[in-house]
Amino acid sequence: MARDDSIGSLIDRLELPFNALGVDQFGVSKFHLRVFFGALGFLYRSYFRVKVHGIEHVPKRGRGMLVGNHSGGVAIDGAMVIASLLMEMNPPRLGHAMADKFINRLPIASTWSNRTGQFTGLPEHAERLLDDDRLLIVFPEGHLGTAKLYAERYSLVDFGTGFVRLALKMKTPIIPFAFLGGGSAIPSIHNSELLGRLSGVPYVPLTPYGAPIPLPVQLEVHYGAPMVFEGTGNEEDSVIAAYVERVKHRIGQLIEDGRKQRGAS
Amino acid sequence: MKVLIVGIAGGTARACALTLRERGHEVVGLDRRPWRDAPKGIRNHEVDLRKRAAEDVFRKERPDVVVHMATVTSLTTLRAEEREKVNLGGTRAVFEHSRAHGVKHVVFVGRHTYYGAGPDSPMYHVEDEPPMALGSFPELGDLVAADLYAANQLWRHPELNVSILRFCYTLGPSRTGTLATFLRGKRVPLVFGYDPLFQYLYEQDFATAVSLAVEKKPRGVYNVAGPKPVPLSVIVSETGRTRVPVPEPLLEAMLGRFGLPSLPKGALGHIKYPVVVDATAFVKATGFEWEVDEVETLQRYRALGVER
Repeated sequence: MARDDSIGSLIDRLELPFNALGVDQFGVSKFHLRVFFGALGFLYRSYFRVKVHGIEHVPKRGRGMLVGNHSGGVAIDGAMVIASLLMEMNPPRLGHAMADKFINRLPIASTWSNRTGQFTGLPEHAERLLDDDRLLIVFPEGHLGTAKLYAERYSLVDFGTGFVRLALKMKTPIIPFAFLGGGSAIPSIHNSELLGRLSGVPYVPLTPYGAPIPLPVQLEVHYGAPMVFEGTGNEEDSVIAAYVERVKHRIGQLIEDGRKQRGAS
Repeated sequence: MKVLIVGIAGGTARACALTLRERGHEVVGLDRRPWRDAPKGIRNHEVDLRKRAAEDVFRKERPDVVVHMATVTSLTTLRAEEREKVNLGGTRAVFEHSRAHGVKHVVFVGRHTYYGAGPDSPMYHVEDEPPMALGSFPELGDLVAADLYAANQLWRHPELNVSILRFCYTLGPSRTGTLATFLRGKRVPLVFGYDPLFQYLYEQDFATAVSLAVEKKPRGVYNVAGPKPVPLSVIVSETGRTRVPVPEPLLEAMLGRFGLPSLPKGALGHIKYPVVVDATAFVKATGFEWEVDEVETLQRYRALGVER
């Protein structure tokens, strides 16, 4: 299939230090990326028909931290942001989202998340990746963000503050983004912790039609201009909180602007 | 310099002895096991490190440097109490005899498994980190304690220089070591759905690193590793073995049966999750450079064939 070929060539153009076995120093593997992006590519292009605005704000090279809102009860938001960086950028780039800790405990998920660069969300991992001039994807709402129900789909819950300290310490620009449509693709009406316990995950979102299978709703990613804060990462909590508030406000604006455009079109 | 290698009869220790001799050092050994075809000029004192005769080796030979390679990881051939005696008792003897008999520098050859493997432990450990996952793998305790005891000597006895080296796995012609033992058969069991990164050094590069530690005398704790880490499944297939992924509960039940070693449960953590170390401090301190890369090491190991 022509589409598979193009995914292969995008992966060949990734500027990552693969060795002769096709593995980089973090264990990211070309073979696994091909399979992973083969699946994501279908979802991205055909199923969700993802629309991306402002991709020029993402640095072509060097470190960067993409910070955005959670949208949708399963990780399609992170997956589609990762896909957008490969599909829309030239040269294509690999985004590293920080995976929830339970993922590394599950068989298969452990292997695939690690081989595709989606490592457990530890500060050590984030620092290493930025130090190696990679792109980090951060959802500061954390798991409370994925738990948003349909009615709350355009709201933002509290942000964690660690990402701003990390950005300051690692002298990394923050690229804010808004993710739209995930809440409509998976209209959660309830999060079942019981089903979660049975399957080894924190919870399973339920929809009016039962399973959290995403509907083919068009999804959108809006990237905003990079925000650079000066500092060391050792500032007082109040200073950090003010920076976090600015990022959150900017993401809120991007969501509002995106909704207006979405409604208008 | 005159170098005493404690545990010289082990596979990787022999490689160190030969390399040190080539680099112009006088090498003597201490090991209760014999080294039958030892080259001329390398004497091995066949005594037990924990017996009185061992001290006499230190007394008579008066080495400048002692390289301590007599710790064991074997979880199957030795009982826990015995292992503890070898690892802790032996390490204590090395330091006490060294201090008593004019040794200036001790190189403790430890292991990167000190850091432990677990789902929440980061890749690229740095030397400051405490050991993790001891709770799930208490059998590692005596090696961790030996490492910490050796590090203690740095402030307890500042007159003695100590290099604590936390080495990654090794692979090479001696076919000894934890990773080589794991790859011994034609078929290698893996935990289904998990594929940790492994770091390894070619045996000769390991010997070079130890020699550099002897010569450059870096004081303190250092991780030592070689080229890039590689997923375990790739190591298995690139060395010409067959992967046998087994679901974890089944593999646990199979341990000790069907020719599989009887390992403690915690050992499975080390084939589910990686222990990867950052070794830049050692490179800075000694100028160490590996010669055989991660791919070439596997090819050479493959060429050795499978032991029958």
